[in-house]
Parts: sequence; structure tokens; C-alpha cells
Amino acid sequence: MLESSVLESSLTELAQGLQTRQFTSVELTQALLARIDKLNPHLNAFISVSDQESALAQAAAADQRLAQGQATPLTGLPLAHKDIFCTQGMRTSCGSKMLENFVPPYNATVVERLAAAGMVNLGKTNLDEFAMGSSNENSYYGTVKNPWDLQAVPGGSSGGSAAAVAASLVPAATGTDTGGSIRQPAAFCGITGLKPTYGRVSRWGMVAYASSLDQGGPMAHSAQDCAVLLNAMAGFDPKDSTCVQRAVPDYCATLAANLDGLKIGLPKEYFGEGLHADVAAALEEAIKVYESLGASICEVSLPHTHLAIPAYYVIAPAEASSNLSRYDGVRFGHRCQDPQDLEDLYKRSRQEGFGAEVKRRILIGTYALSEGFYDAYYRKAQQIRRLIQQDFLNAFNEVDVLMGPTAPTPAFDLGANTQDPVQMYLEDVYTIAINLAGVPALSLPAGRSGTRPIGLQVIGNHFEEARLLNVAHQFQQVTTWHQARPQLAF
Amino acid sequence: MQWEAVIGLEVHVQLATQSKIFSGASTAFGAEANTQACAIDLGLPGVLPVVNEQAVAMAVKFGLAVNSKISTRSVFERKNYFYPDLPKGYQTSQMAEPIVGPGWLDLTLDEQTTKHVRIHHAHLEEDAGKSLHEDFHGMTGIDLNRAGTPLLEIVSEPDMHSAKEAVAYLKAIHAIVTYLGISDGNMAEGSMRCDANVSVRPKGQTTLGTRCEIKNVNSFRFVEKAINYEIQRQIELIEEGGRVIQQTRLYDADLDETRAMRSKEEANDYRYFPCPDLLPVVLDEAYIQHLQAQLPELPSQKQTRFIEMLGLSAYDASVLSASRALADYFEQVYQVCQDAKAAANWVMGELSARLNRDGLEIQDSPVSSTQLGQLIQRILDNTINGKAAKQVFATLWAQEGQSADEIIAAQGLKQVTDTGAIEAIIDEVLAKNTAQVEQYKAAEVDKRGKMMGFFVGQVMKASKGTANPQAVNQLLADKLAALLD
Amino acid sequence: MALTSADVEKVAHLARIQIDASLIPEYTRDLSNILDLVNQMQQVDTSEVEPMAHPLDATQRLRVDEVTESNQRDALLAGAPATEAGLFLVPKVIE
Repeated sequence: MLESSVLESSLTELAQGLQTRQFTSVELTQALLARIDKLNPHLNAFISVSDQESALAQAAAADQRLAQGQATPLTGLPLAHKDIFCTQGMRTSCGSKMLENFVPPYNATVVERLAAAGMVNLGKTNLDEFAMGSSNENSYYGTVKNPWDLQAVPGGSSGGSAAAVAASLVPAATGTDTGGSIRQPAAFCGITGLKPTYGRVSRWGMVAYASSLDQGGPMAHSAQDCAVLLNAMAGFDPKDSTCVQRAVPDYCATLAANLDGLKIGLPKEYFGEGLHADVAAALEEAIKVYESLGASICEVSLPHTHLAIPAYYVIAPAEASSNLSRYDGVRFGHRCQDPQDLEDLYKRSRQEGFGAEVKRRILIGTYALSEGFYDAYYRKAQQIRRLIQQDFLNAFNEVDVLMGPTAPTPAFDLGANTQDPVQMYLEDVYTIAINLAGVPALSLPAGRSGTRPIGLQVIGNHFEEARLLNVAHQFQQVTTWHQARPQLAF
Repeated sequence: MQWEAVIGLEVHVQLATQSKIFSGASTAFGAEANTQACAIDLGLPGVLPVVNEQAVAMAVKFGLAVNSKISTRSVFERKNYFYPDLPKGYQTSQMAEPIVGPGWLDLTLDEQTTKHVRIHHAHLEEDAGKSLHEDFHGMTGIDLNRAGTPLLEIVSEPDMHSAKEAVAYLKAIHAIVTYLGISDGNMAEGSMRCDANVSVRPKGQTTLGTRCEIKNVNSFRFVEKAINYEIQRQIELIEEGGRVIQQTRLYDADLDETRAMRSKEEANDYRYFPCPDLLPVVLDEAYIQHLQAQLPELPSQKQTRFIEMLGLSAYDASVLSASRALADYFEQVYQVCQDAKAAANWVMGELSARLNRDGLEIQDSPVSSTQLGQLIQRILDNTINGKAAKQVFATLWAQEGQSADEIIAAQGLKQVTDTGAIEAIIDEVLAKNTAQVEQYKAAEVDKRGKMMGFFVGQVMKASKGTANPQAVNQLLADKLAALLD
Repeated sequence: MALTSADVEKVAHLARIQIDASLIPEYTRDLSNILDLVNQMQQVDTSEVEPMAHPLDATQRLRVDEVTESNQRDALLAGAPATEAGLFLVPKVIE
């Protein structure tokens, strides 16, 4: 059985191990399944773990490809999918009781592409129900623990993916990000996570929360790992009308470029009141590293930042209220016992199937779209959305990338915000505007507050993922935050 | 009091695409339940829509045919409501920015009257599934084969004032969509469905009365009956001191009445908003021009041509251009016989009567346009007379002969125009009927015309109908006159 | 902005979600708080701003009209809560 030190390697390192025949995909898969078996009961990062037979069959096929020299850089590497990506024949719950028994008859395009690259699917990771949340405490399948500190949340909504990677249950996982759901858990769990430009990665088979904001992306230890994953995930899909027809660059090819002359903008609105002192200090250190790498720093302004959360909590719930209408107990999903009539079928099935936060967002969204309120809420939010996007476009006229905190604080305690939805919403103050603008951003580990990791957020212009990965990779060449692993004393 | 009805129609036309508006499932009618409903049509989690190009092209063609402004940018929105035949809990439709803008149509009501009806707009949307109310232990069954079939909803202005005008409008829309080939227009199968908004007001009043919407009336005849019933109901209600309540009503063809729908009682709040899974449909002028160039001759153009080039009356031209199949048939008959009036008379007369009697559509006519054209030719060149022609037509209808010529030969119907032969028959008839000849001679002059008919009939009968009637008349008149001398 | 419990009940009906009477005050409070947050939007004048529905200024791609799906009824109905004779079953629909 492979040792922990091997299993805790990055995706890139494991790929080398496979390619140099230090171990096989079957060995790696067996070892990781055993590790999941041992550690997952303490972390609850997985909702479903692939059955051994199926995972080993994928691994064996990958070993064959490796032996035949037909491998891609990802062949034989295990991963997990956030349980919001449809997996053919494997339950896809979205963290909801509503879909406790939903087995999709198709794969998400992301799942399909990573499988085609030869990756081995070890299971489906926990999340806030329908990706609505910032702490993973909204899952019907229980909360996820942060591997760095079991008292802390892992972040959300892709908390299971972040925790699974941080705890080395898998070297990589997929996530989705509607308002920060890849970046914030990546920051809280000390890993690297990228939200691509809206339209860069297909949304087919990725169960919708808010369609105009949702975007899938990679979560792994390093920027280099994310680059390899994005190479396979990104690209046009005729099944998604919002997926762009645009060539995909080789994200690995530009990782090594030096940062001489890179212009970094620091949005002054991201460094104001409410920023935790340890986070501020970690960022200051990180900025110094970038200066030493040849970058120049200046302050910029994103003047509509304070309106991002208000606009988001109209647009996202409005879209969600409509997207989640299909859960009606008729064709799939939860259905209440003995419905008296049609209305009873709808109302009780949805009451029983959805959790509290999902219901709150459906109700707010329904209200915002209802007669007489559309202009004041939905239309207004869309206008503000344009102002927010314009802020970013203006900033990118002056600088190459923006940097700031991913979250205002390190991971907070489990239960700290569960009584106050609005307080929970404010945790996403630095990530939400990026989704409204549709630009790409990543979070990389850049410090720690006690045992809890701190994330640095790097934001780029539309389709500048390659630059973001390059900027993060260069930081990771001279720092070790991304190599740190939590002590798991189980 | 004099009342005026005000009527606007919303016509839903199923577009004749191969696949659905947002999925690759088939739109064919009549398949076994739920065998043509794919994951997208069912609204399964994670699925996404992609717009069918043909649906867009068909909508644009319709817009061009009704003089509408085509929107170079149109937006799909979601109309949110819960209903079991609506899988996603919303219908993807268009609201603020429909693909077809304002347009108009001129209807020929009769020889003297045309009616101008404005079209408010037409938009693309997806059809819903079907609820089957047969009893499944007190439950309703849902078939989603129809869900996602592309619909063009054509919304008129409230410009019509009688059921007759409404039906003329509906027939004009039917003619246009079938001419364009964008729908089969089959009302019985639901390819074309009509909702009528009906209100009444005292004649001369300019403000509108409260309207009722009659849903889903599925034939021209029922549209007429439902509207007439509803107009009368509203007038009687008001005259008895009542008040019309705005509501949705269903037409019951068995009882010939409309009744309020229970399920639509509550006011709906559809929460329209732009569908975030779809992007604005942007069309450039070149694309629109390209479709314009593909348009066939339209009913109104055909009607004008029939009047101006073929010399038909306005009424005949409007009847013959009402359906593309009928117009095509007529034109083929005309091509063969080269006499438009005769072709029109036969198509609108003998042929239509037979089709009606047997409940057939023109496409199913047992007599082909070529066969009818050749038959008319034989009348025009005096090969047969009118009576024989009907016999030939009946034989063709019964599919007991290949062509008019063959039947004429086989049944010996060729007209006898040889005066010698006819004179011989006349002599024979007069010789056989001496009593009648004597009566004729004795009769008053003004009674003789009627008595002459007897001899004509006898001569025709003796010739087995083949004698040329004009020749018989002339020769018989001469013979009888000679007898009087 | 304070919502009333009647507002919440109306919206819950539109969204077809049953809410126990005992929970209405809690929902009313939470939703009112969210609306207070959201209403910060009203501080800015956006009268000159074009609404933005999508982050990219892209247009709809059109699909070729061809049938690509075959009959998948058995697979699709397998996950349905109530079916009979190839149909989804629901409580009686009254028109």
C-alpha cells in the first residue's frame, strides 16, 4: 500500500509517479479509496464514494493506456466531482434530500471530458444544498469539517471538494462557483481553486443554481495542477448555449513566464473595514513576494463593490427560484406521501425536499420577480451588474491583474453564522462581484491564521486564465504554503 | 340597444420542424406516450436548451408574409407557473422582445368587402405536454411527447367584430402558414390552436368592455360557434343587469356553450424574466433577405394574380387561393385545359361537392388535376357534352378509368355532331311518337316550347346522351317547323 | 423593508412551498432582513444604465434542425416517483 507521503503529493507529482512507473493507477486508486474509507467518516467530505469495482476498472484501463503510451497528462489520476455534476448511473444529490434518489442518465460535459482524459472518479463530494451557502452547513448530508481545524467550516459551497483535496483523499476535485463557491473553500482549506471566465467551461450536466453566474472549475493543491485540469475541462460544448466558441490555450505552456513588469492592482475597497488582521498581514507579505518577482503594485478602485452583494442576492435567487421549479415531485426527485391534490403534491414535496436556505432563496427570488417588483429589484440588479462589470473593465485598462483577499476572515467556526443568513452572505463580499462581471479569478494559499489557512485572490480580465495560473504558479515557485498539509490525527 | 363585439385572436401554430425547439427529440405526431420526450424536454437537472435554427427561420418567414417588422434582436424569457404538463415549471417564451413585430393582413370577406386586421406581434415558444384524464385510480397521466414542440404564437389586435371576421382571419393565417410550409395547419391534431378574446360594447362606444378568453378551440366551425355563443352570453348578461367578469372559458362543443375554467381562477403572476440559459437571438439583414428570397407566392398575391391574369371573380379567387393545395390543384387543372373559368367552376363545383360529401381533403382527391384538366378539355373541344362529362367524372371518382379519353371511348360517350346521324335519330323518334307530334301540331304557339323539350329528351336518350344538344335543338326545331307547314 | 406575513404566504404559494404557520414569523424576519440588504441598490441612480442579463456580450448560436434523440423512455421513467402505462402520474388535474 502506498504511503501517506505519496498520497499527499500534488496532482503533478502523482502524474510523474504514474508516468515513471513508480506506482500504478490501480495501486493509487486502492490506496486513496482506503484513505477515504478511513478519513471520510471524520470529515464527511464525500456524499457518495465510487464502488471499488468501478473505480478499479477505470484505473486498470488507465494503466493500460499508460503502458501503451496513449496517456494524457491526466490519465490514471484519481479525482472527485462536486455532487452537482451529473454522473451517469451514479447518484447526483446536489446536497439535497430532493435528489436523494436521483441517478442521472447522462454525464456532465466536465465529467465526460475528465473521464475521456483517463481520470479515475472516486466519488461525489459534499456541498451546500444546490450550491447555496458559504460554509457547507446547508447540506442534507451533514456538515463537512475543515481538515486543518475540525472546529472550523471548510467554506462553501464546494466545501467537500476543498476538504477532500486538503486532506489528500483525492489530489484534485471539480467545483462550481456562483458567488465564490470554489475560491472561498479553497482559501479556507489551503488549496488552489480557479473560477474560469463565464462560458469557458460547459455547464451541461452541472445542475443549475443561478445560470448566468454558475461556472465550473478545478480545485487542487497548486496552480500547475489547476492548469493541467483546466486544459481538459475548458472548451466549446454545443450543448450549452452560453459556452463560448473560442480556442483554448495550453494553460501549462505559460506557467513559467516571469512576472517582470506585471502590473498588479489592489482594489482599495478590498482592504477596508472588516478585513481580519491576519488576512491583511498575509496579503501584505504576499504582495512583497510579487514585488520581489518583478511586479509593480498600484491601488485601483472598484467603486461599486458595496453593491455586489445586494445585486447578487436578487439575481441569484431570482434565477434559482425559476431553475428549482422543476423539482415538483412529478418526473424525478422527492415526492410527498399521499398527495391530496396537485397543489398539495407541489407544496409538500418542495417543503420536505428543500432545506431552509434553499427555501429562503426561492422565496426571495420569487418575490423579486413578482408583479410590481421586477423593475425595483431584478431590473435594478441587472443595471448594477453592468456598473460592476464596468468597474473591472476600467481597472483592467490600467493593470494586468487584481489582487486581494479571497475572504475577509480565515475559516470561521462551525455554527458561527447559521442563525443569521445575512451575516453569512457578507462572507462573500470579495468573491461575488467577480461572478457578476463574469471574469476569472483564483484563490491560492498565502498564509495561515493559527492553524487556519488564508487565501490570496487573483482576478483577471475575461479569458485571462492563463495569466492567473502563471501569476499563481510563480508565487508557488518561491513559497511553500501550497505544499503544507494538515495533520490528521484520526 | 345595438351591440358591437370586439374580438382579438391568439393563434398558436406548431412549426413543422423535425426536432424540438430546444432539443433533438422528434416532433412527429402520434407516437407512444413519452417516447419522444428526452432529458431536455423532461427538464431533468443539469440539462440545457439550444435553439433550433429552423424554428427561427419559420418565424421570420411568417413575419415577412404578414408585412411585419422582423426583430434583429429577440429574447427568450421564462414564463413561470406550475402545471404538470409543464416540466420545468416555466415555459420558455418571448415577451418584451418577440421575433416578429407589428404587421397586418387584408381579408376578403365577400365580393365587395375586405377587412384590415393588424397583427400585434408573433413570438416563439415551446409547447407543453398533455394531461390524459382517463382514470388511473383517480390520477391523471402526463405525456410529454409534445413538450418542447416549437410554437409560433400570433397575436392579433382586437380588430374583428364578428365571428365571421374572426374565422376569415383564422383561415387567412391557416393559408399563410401552410403556403409557407411552416406548419401542417392540422387543427384536429392541435397543430393550430386558437384562443379568442371576446368583449362587447354598445355600438359607438370607444372604450373596450371586459373581455373573456375562450381557450383552445380546435376547428374553424367551433371558433365561429364559440364566439357567437360568447357574444350572445355577454349581451344577455349585461341586458339582464349583470356584469361580465374577466375570466378564461372553455368551449364545450357537445353542449355548444362556453364555461369558466376552474383551474385558471386565481390571477396569475408569471414572473417573466430573460432566460439565463439562452442568449439573445440576433439576426442580420442578409439572413432576413435570404429568407425573403425563399418565400413562395402568398395567398394574397395568388388571389390578385387569379383576378388580374386569369380573370376570375374576387370571390372565386379568394376561395381558390385559401389553401395552397387547392390553389395548386386549380392551377394544374388550368395548365391542362387552358380555361380558368371552366377550371374554377369544376374545382369549386363538382369536385368540392364530392370532396365534401366524402369528407376528403383536396390532397386525397381520387381524381387527379391532370385527369380533371383533360376532362374539361374534352368538353371545350365538343368531344363530349356536359351530361357525359358528369358521367366521366363519376367514373374517374370511382377510380374505374384511367383517363377521360379512355372512359369516353369505353362508354361510347363521344358526342355525335354529324347532322345526318342526328337527323336519322330525330326521324326515328318522331315516327315512334306520332301522338305527341299531333298534340304538338294542335298546341298553342307559346306551349310548343315546352313540348319541344320532350322530343329533345327522347332524342338524347336514343343517342345515349352522345348527341350534341345544340345540334339536336336546331335540327329538331327545323323538322317540327316543317311538319307545321 | 419589512414584509408582512401575508406577503410571505403569498410568495410561498407562488413558489409552491408549504410553510408551517409556526415558521411564518421566522421567514418574515429573515426575508425582511435580506430585502434590507438588497435595498442598498436603491442608493444609486441607474436610470441611464442598460440592464445586463449575461456577463458576455454574446448571441445565441442556432442548432441544425435534426433529430438526435431516440426513445429513452424506460431510462427516463425509471427515476420517476409514480408512473403507469408509460405516463407520469399526478393527482387529478381539473380544468
